[in-house]
Amino acid sequence: MKRRDFLKSVTAVAASGAVSAPAVFSPAKAQSRAETLLIVSESGPNNVDIHGVGTNVPGYEVSWNCYDRLISHEMKTVDGTAYYDRDKFKPELAEDMNVGDMSATFKLKKNATFHDGTPVTAKDVKWSLDRAVSVGGFPTFQMSAGSLTKPEQFVVVDDHTVRVDFLRKDRLTIPDLAVIVPCVMNSGLVQKHATEKDPWGLEYTKQNTAGSGAYRVASWTAGTEVVMERNDKWVGGPMPKVKRIVWRMVPSAGNRRALLERGDADISYDLPNKDFVELKGAGKLNIISTPYSNGIQYIGMNVKIPPFDNPKVRQAIAYALPYQKIMDAVLFGLAKPCFGAPAGKATEVAWPQAHGFNTDIAKAKALLAEAGFPNGFETTLSFDLGFAGVNEPLCVLTQESLAQIGIKVTINKIPGANWRTELNKKVLPLYTNVFSGWLDYPEYFFIWCYHGKNSIFNTMNYQSKEIDGYIDGAVTAAANGDKPAYEKDVKGFVDVAFADMPRVPLYQPYVNIATQKNISGYQYWFHRRLDYRALVKA
Amino acid sequence: MLTMILKRLLLAIPSLIGVVIVTFLLTRALPGDPAAYFAGPAADKAAIEQIRVKLGFDKPLIVQFFDYVGDLARGDLGNSLTTGQPVAAEIRARLPASAELTLLGLIVSVLIAVPLGIMAATRPGSWIDHFCRVLTTAGVSLPVFFTGLILVYVFYYQLGWSPAPLGRIDVFATTPPSVTGFYLIDSIIARDFGMFRASFNQLILPAMTLAIFSLAPIARMTRASMLAVLSSDFVRTARASGLKPSTVIVTYAFRNAMLPVVTTLGMVFSFLLGANVLVEKVFAWPGIGSFAVEALISSDFAPVQGFVLTMAVMYVALNLLIDVFYGIIDPRVRMEG
Repeated sequence: MKRRDFLKSVTAVAASGAVSAPAVFSPAKAQSRAETLLIVSESGPNNVDIHGVGTNVPGYEVSWNCYDRLISHEMKTVDGTAYYDRDKFKPELAEDMNVGDMSATFKLKKNATFHDGTPVTAKDVKWSLDRAVSVGGFPTFQMSAGSLTKPEQFVVVDDHTVRVDFLRKDRLTIPDLAVIVPCVMNSGLVQKHATEKDPWGLEYTKQNTAGSGAYRVASWTAGTEVVMERNDKWVGGPMPKVKRIVWRMVPSAGNRRALLERGDADISYDLPNKDFVELKGAGKLNIISTPYSNGIQYIGMNVKIPPFDNPKVRQAIAYALPYQKIMDAVLFGLAKPCFGAPAGKATEVAWPQAHGFNTDIAKAKALLAEAGFPNGFETTLSFDLGFAGVNEPLCVLTQESLAQIGIKVTINKIPGANWRTELNKKVLPLYTNVFSGWLDYPEYFFIWCYHGKNSIFNTMNYQSKEIDGYIDGAVTAAANGDKPAYEKDVKGFVDVAFADMPRVPLYQPYVNIATQKNISGYQYWFHRRLDYRALVKA
Repeated sequence: MLTMILKRLLLAIPSLIGVVIVTFLLTRALPGDPAAYFAGPAADKAAIEQIRVKLGFDKPLIVQFFDYVGDLARGDLGNSLTTGQPVAAEIRARLPASAELTLLGLIVSVLIAVPLGIMAATRPGSWIDHFCRVLTTAGVSLPVFFTGLILVYVFYYQLGWSPAPLGRIDVFATTPPSVTGFYLIDSIIARDFGMFRASFNQLILPAMTLAIFSLAPIARMTRASMLAVLSSDFVRTARASGLKPSTVIVTYAFRNAMLPVVTTLGMVFSFLLGANVLVEKVFAWPGIGSFAVEALISSDFAPVQGFVLTMAVMYVALNLLIDVFYGIIDPRVRMEG
């Protein structure tokens, strides 16, 4: 039965007084159904302000759609899906951007207003950027990734002009102004609710949106639903087509699938891979799969803990991993392999890219013997239970495969709440994890994950003067626009990472989205959440 | 009666103090680190420390405890980090959702289980006795999430009779003005019968799931207790005096068999209220159980403490209520009390 027929028949049944279901009782409601998008997902936001203390990832989605930034990205098409263009920026609240040598000047749109009608001024922009670099925690961390750390960097030139001064030459400064964090808030409204203990008004923005964005939160019941309504006065871009977004939390994956298949829900992401593959096969829904930009699931080895301090052992592990089995049995093909590059293939100036290792038990055994472990050894393989759906089978397959070269692996399941604490201690010898960066630049990934300054994402405790030289070189070359030097350095650090193998990249995970056939306009963004502004319901 | 209630309430105070201390210590003993969890995936050590200071987890345990007790005295249960709301508000909003579902499930269960138990007891060994045995065994041995998913699969996915399992109300309906927090009652108060029917429809499947699960203890207890009463002297006397079988069973035997059934009911109710997490998960029900479990998974202390405390208070209240009922059913209990 088609969706429309179904709705009609339900309306008819309901009108005849029988006790029946999806409560579309009146034509008025059917009308609102056509203008409303129903999104179902496992969990919802805990805070609608990305500057908040411990705002979770669903909260980022609300922030993205309800606030504007000075600039955003243009779109391009990759494999048939609209995909944000890393290198092209478009104005959002700004109408004009002028990037100079050591500063960038933004002219604001004069007709831009916040949801309560107050005009957006340069003062609001400065206050919001000051807030982002001052509140601490994740937002401040993210701003610092683009060398934005001090309030003095943001200067009000006049009512509608803001200048951002650069701390140093950094290629990531402008892209960092287009991520979710530097959103512009209604400073007057928020300050009204600020207190001495809470000078940035975090308590107020936790519950209320105070932005100028395309949507505003109409109601929010934590853990149950978020209702967002279109801001008809939005000037940040073309007027969105969907009037109302209803985002319901449905914890059971089976029910999310049933809701989609029955045509009651319009969009869902976060279903198990197996469901996505089956739904794709059935052909009743649109399934869009896009690899994480700058994100990799990997097997990490702590190079400070023997025997993983021996590069030969690490290479042996890289030859013993069951790559293809993981792709087939765990991910059902829904991931982009990072292994098995043909021998002699030149290193690319790109990240992620495939390494040359593939499952080869004989080679692995030989390498292990060379390293002085002909009979293998014992170790522990840890994973995050919060993502057990993928991690558990992945680790079991790895355990089986490593047993073939004599390595006895005990699996250590760590509860989600405890995972980061354990990982940050850097005492796990062998583990699997995902890292992904919002800013899609190879050197950005390597600064965090491989550089000797040993950030928390360098979970391997990896130190190498050689790789540090290449990474620092690439950062400087990028800032100065020296392309040949940049390419040489990127190839350099990728080569070192693949020869030394402190972590073995497995694959780029996919973001999977299932929508009804009448929904179009999905865009892939670096944050991997939905952009409602482009969605269309036919 | 009044002195008994007062005495019982006084006795409850030490146990509540104990609950406060034990839950505080237990949540602190959980392995997770909430600061690291809520600092987000991209936080460095400094960011995690900042969060820890903001949440007050950097203070010594004893200071944290007195802060907690101080807040508690002012009726403040703290903030939930997973939902971002004050715990007291969350519990106030979620407890009626769980209670409405559990009560309805229990009523359905009683309506089926008690007559079934009585019939099974009056005709032991007959087909109805066997039917009762099979039904209760099946009910108690099927896990609730399984029954729930099967019901959703059949009545929503296959037949389309039931509304989408999207929680308490349909996406396009608005909640009735809150008086009791029970949507069925609130919609009657608001005289919105469309709303009443809509929320009732949403309740049918989860309530059935709970009912199937809780049939067993009630039916078995009714049967056993009826059997005991039916073989006692006063029933034999009543029968010998030539009273109608229906009078014997309903007026004499049933009332006397009620005591253990009421005890069981109280136990089943309080058990279901906390333990229907899985039903709440399957039907996206915004109840108190799923709230507590989510908080536990992310080592979010305040909601766990709030939940345990609420449950403790409810157990005390419920036990008191059951004791009062005893008095009404059985005058002898009243005299001793």
